[in-house]
Amino acid sequence: MATKNIMIVGVGGQGTLLTSRVLGGLATLGGYDVKLSEVHGMAQRGGSVVTFVRYGEKVAEPIVEEGQADVIIAFERLEALRYAHFLKKDGALIVNDWRIDPMPVVIGAAEYPEGILKTLEKEHKVYVVNATEESKKLGNPRVFNLIVLGIAAQHMDFTREQWYEVIEKTVPPKTVEINKKAFDVGYQL
Amino acid sequence: MAETNKVIMLGNEAIARGAYEAGVKVSAAYPGTPSTEISEYLVQYKDSLYCEWSPNEKVATEVAVGASLAGTRAMACMKHVGFNVAADPAYSVSYMGVNGGLVIVVADDPGLYSSQNEQDTRMVARAAKLPVLEPSDSAEAKEYMKLAFALSEKFDRPFVYRTTTRLAHSQGIVELADRQEIPDKEYIKNIQKTVMMPVNAKMRHVEIEKRNSELAQAADTLSINRVEMNDTKVGVITSGIPYQYVKEAMPEASVLKLGMVNPLPRKLIEEFAAQVEKLYIVEELDPVIEEQVKSWGIEAVGKEIFTVQGEYSANMLREAVLKEELSIKEPAKAPGRPPILCPGCPHRSVYHVLNKLKLHAAGDIGCYTLGAVAPLSVVDTTMCMGSSISTLHGMEKAKGKEYIKDWVAVIGDSTFLHTGVNSLMNMTYNHATGTVLILDNSTTGMTGHQDHAATGKTLQGDPTYAIDIPALCRSLGVKNVAEVNAFDIEALEKTVKEELKKDEVSVIITKSPCVLLSKAKKPLYAAHTDKCKKCGMCMKPGCPAMTKNGDGTVRIDDTMCTGCGLCESLCKFGAIELVKEGDR
Repeated sequence: MATKNIMIVGVGGQGTLLTSRVLGGLATLGGYDVKLSEVHGMAQRGGSVVTFVRYGEKVAEPIVEEGQADVIIAFERLEALRYAHFLKKDGALIVNDWRIDPMPVVIGAAEYPEGILKTLEKEHKVYVVNATEESKKLGNPRVFNLIVLGIAAQHMDFTREQWYEVIEKTVPPKTVEINKKAFDVGYQL
Repeated sequence: MAETNKVIMLGNEAIARGAYEAGVKVSAAYPGTPSTEISEYLVQYKDSLYCEWSPNEKVATEVAVGASLAGTRAMACMKHVGFNVAADPAYSVSYMGVNGGLVIVVADDPGLYSSQNEQDTRMVARAAKLPVLEPSDSAEAKEYMKLAFALSEKFDRPFVYRTTTRLAHSQGIVELADRQEIPDKEYIKNIQKTVMMPVNAKMRHVEIEKRNSELAQAADTLSINRVEMNDTKVGVITSGIPYQYVKEAMPEASVLKLGMVNPLPRKLIEEFAAQVEKLYIVEELDPVIEEQVKSWGIEAVGKEIFTVQGEYSANMLREAVLKEELSIKEPAKAPGRPPILCPGCPHRSVYHVLNKLKLHAAGDIGCYTLGAVAPLSVVDTTMCMGSSISTLHGMEKAKGKEYIKDWVAVIGDSTFLHTGVNSLMNMTYNHATGTVLILDNSTTGMTGHQDHAATGKTLQGDPTYAIDIPALCRSLGVKNVAEVNAFDIEALEKTVKEELKKDEVSVIITKSPCVLLSKAKKPLYAAHTDKCKKCGMCMKPGCPAMTKNGDGTVRIDDTMCTGCGLCESLCKFGAIELVKEGDR
C-alpha cells in the first residue's frame, strides 16, 4: 500500500491533538508503520494549527508536504482554504462549516474571505458538514471533531469496529459514548 | 515482565521511556516547548524514579549533577534557550565528568514554533566540549537515551542529547523493553575531579581533551554512526530529522547517518567521502558538521544551497539537490491566524487597562508576550526569561525616574520565580522606583499548565509548601505590594495609577487562574442587538469569542465564551447580559 497522507487543520484549542491520536491509534491497530506530527506551545493559543498523519508499509518523514495529502480534515473554513493546496489531485477535503475570525479580522485589519466553500469546490472534492451545530444537538459542542472524523472515515480503510476500539482507548472514559455517537453522525452522513 | 508490544509514542514520550528503561533515578527540568512533555511522561514512572520541576534550568542541571555525583543515573531536560540558563553548570561539569551517567536533554526549535530565537545547541555543546547524540525518530529517541547513559559512564563525560521540535512532537512506533536496574556507583571523595578551582580545573582540561579524543576515535565504529551504501553518485551526511527527509526524497542516495554529532567520526567520514562522487551535508540550522568536514579538506556541498533558517523538508531536497521542478500550487490568499490570548484569559483584562492608560510594558516570556500585538499593543520588549524587570531598571538608570512613569514591567508567576526574582532584588538594592506587574495565573501557562514553586503541588503530584509571592516580594524590600483581581478593571486601573506615582519600587500582583485550568461549568454572556449602539468598546480588548454582525452590532460565539464578563463590564448600554450561570 502506498503511504496514506492525512492532515488535520484547525484553530488551536479545537482538539486537533485528540483527533490525531485517534488516527495514530487506528494506523497502529491496522499494523501499519505510522508517523504523526503535531503542534504544541504558542501556536496552540488560538493560532492556525496543522497535524500530519502518515501510515503505510514504511514511513520516513513525519510531515505531509504540498500536493501530497489524500485527505484533509478542516475544523474551520478559513483553515481549509489555507491548506487546500496540500491536497493531491482527487484528494478529499472535509470541512466543518464553521467560522472563527482570526484577530486581523476581529480588529478590522483583514476581511474574512467570502464564498470559501464555493472556491474550494471548483478545484477539489469537498465534503461539508456543520459539525459544530450537529454536536450541539448531541449536547456537547466539543465532540464536533468526532463528527468530522466520521466523514473522513468514509475515505479511509478502517472498519467501524476499529474506529470504535480506538475511540474507546483514546477519549476520556466518561465521554466514550457521546464521542461514539458523534462519530456515527458523521459516518452516516 | 514488560509489555513486549509495539506502541506509538511521541518523541518526548519515547525519551521519557528511554530514561526509565536506562534506570534513571533522578530527573529535573523546567518546562519549555518543545521539551516539556518529557517530564510529564516521565512522572508515570515515579515509583521507580524521582522527577521534579525546578525553578529554572540552571537549578535543574545542578540537581542532576548532584544526583550523578552521588552515583545514580540522572538527567535534566530543557529547551534550547534554557540551556543558556544552564550554561554555567554545563560548561564546568564538562570538566568534572560524572559518577552515575549524566544526560542533559536539550530541545531546539528550528522554525521558531514557540521560541525567541533559533540557536543551535550543537554549537553550545561544542563550546562546552560536551558530546552530543541526536535521534531521528521515536524508536531512536528511546534507544539513544539508553546509549547516552552507557557512553556517559564509559567515557566519564556528561552527554548532551539534542532533539528538535519535529522529533519531540512527532509520534512513531517504539518497542518497549524492561527497565535496567543499574546499581548505584560508590561515591569516592576526589576533589581534583569535583572542586573546580584553577589548579584542579587546569588538570581536568587536559583530561577531558584526552577523553573527547578517545570518544572521537570510538565514534568511527559506534553503531549509531551508520553507512547506508547505495548509488555512489550521490552521498549525504546527515543526522536527526533531516535524515528522514533524505530517505524520503533520495532513497537511492548513499547516506552516512550520524547518531553522535559531537565529536565527529573523522575516519568514517573520510572513508565515506572517498567512496561517493558528490557529497552533500544536510543539517538544519548551523553548518556544524559541514564546517568541520570542510576543514579536513573534504569537498562537500552544504549551506551554499541549504538554508540556516527554519525546518527542512523532502520537497526542499528534491528542488535543491535533485533539481526537480515540483508542480506545487500557490496557496490561496487567506488572512493570517496568529496565536492569541484565549477567550477569558485574565491577561487580556490587565492589558486592556494598561492600554487604556497608554502605558509601555517591558515584557517577558509566556502567554502574555501575546500582549505585544494589536489590539492590545502594550508590550514593547520580549527577550528572555526574567528580563522584563531588569530591562525596566536599566531604562530608569539611563533616563531617570520620570522617564519610566509611563512604563511598567509585566511578568508571569512562573517566569518571576524562574529568574525574575533576581531582577526584583536588584531593583530594591539599587534604589529603583519602577512598577512591576506579576500576572499570577497560578500556573506555567504557555507550555501547557505545569506546577511551579508557588502552586502548592509538585511534578509528582504531591502537595507541598506554596511560595507566598507577595511575602517574597516584601522580603526583598518591596514596601508597596498590592494584590488585585485581574478582572476587576476599576480597582486595577486605580492601583496602577497610584503605584506609578510613587518614587519606590511597587509590585502589583494581578490574580486570576488561567481560564484553561478550571473545569468548572462556565457562565455565558450574550449580546442584545437591539440595545447595542455599535460603539465598539467591548471589541477593544480583542476577545476571539466576539465578532461583528454585518450591521455593526456585536455577536458572542457561545462555543467560545468562557463567561469572564470583561465585555459586559465595558458595555455602557447594558447590551451584554449574563444568560447562563456557571459554577463560579
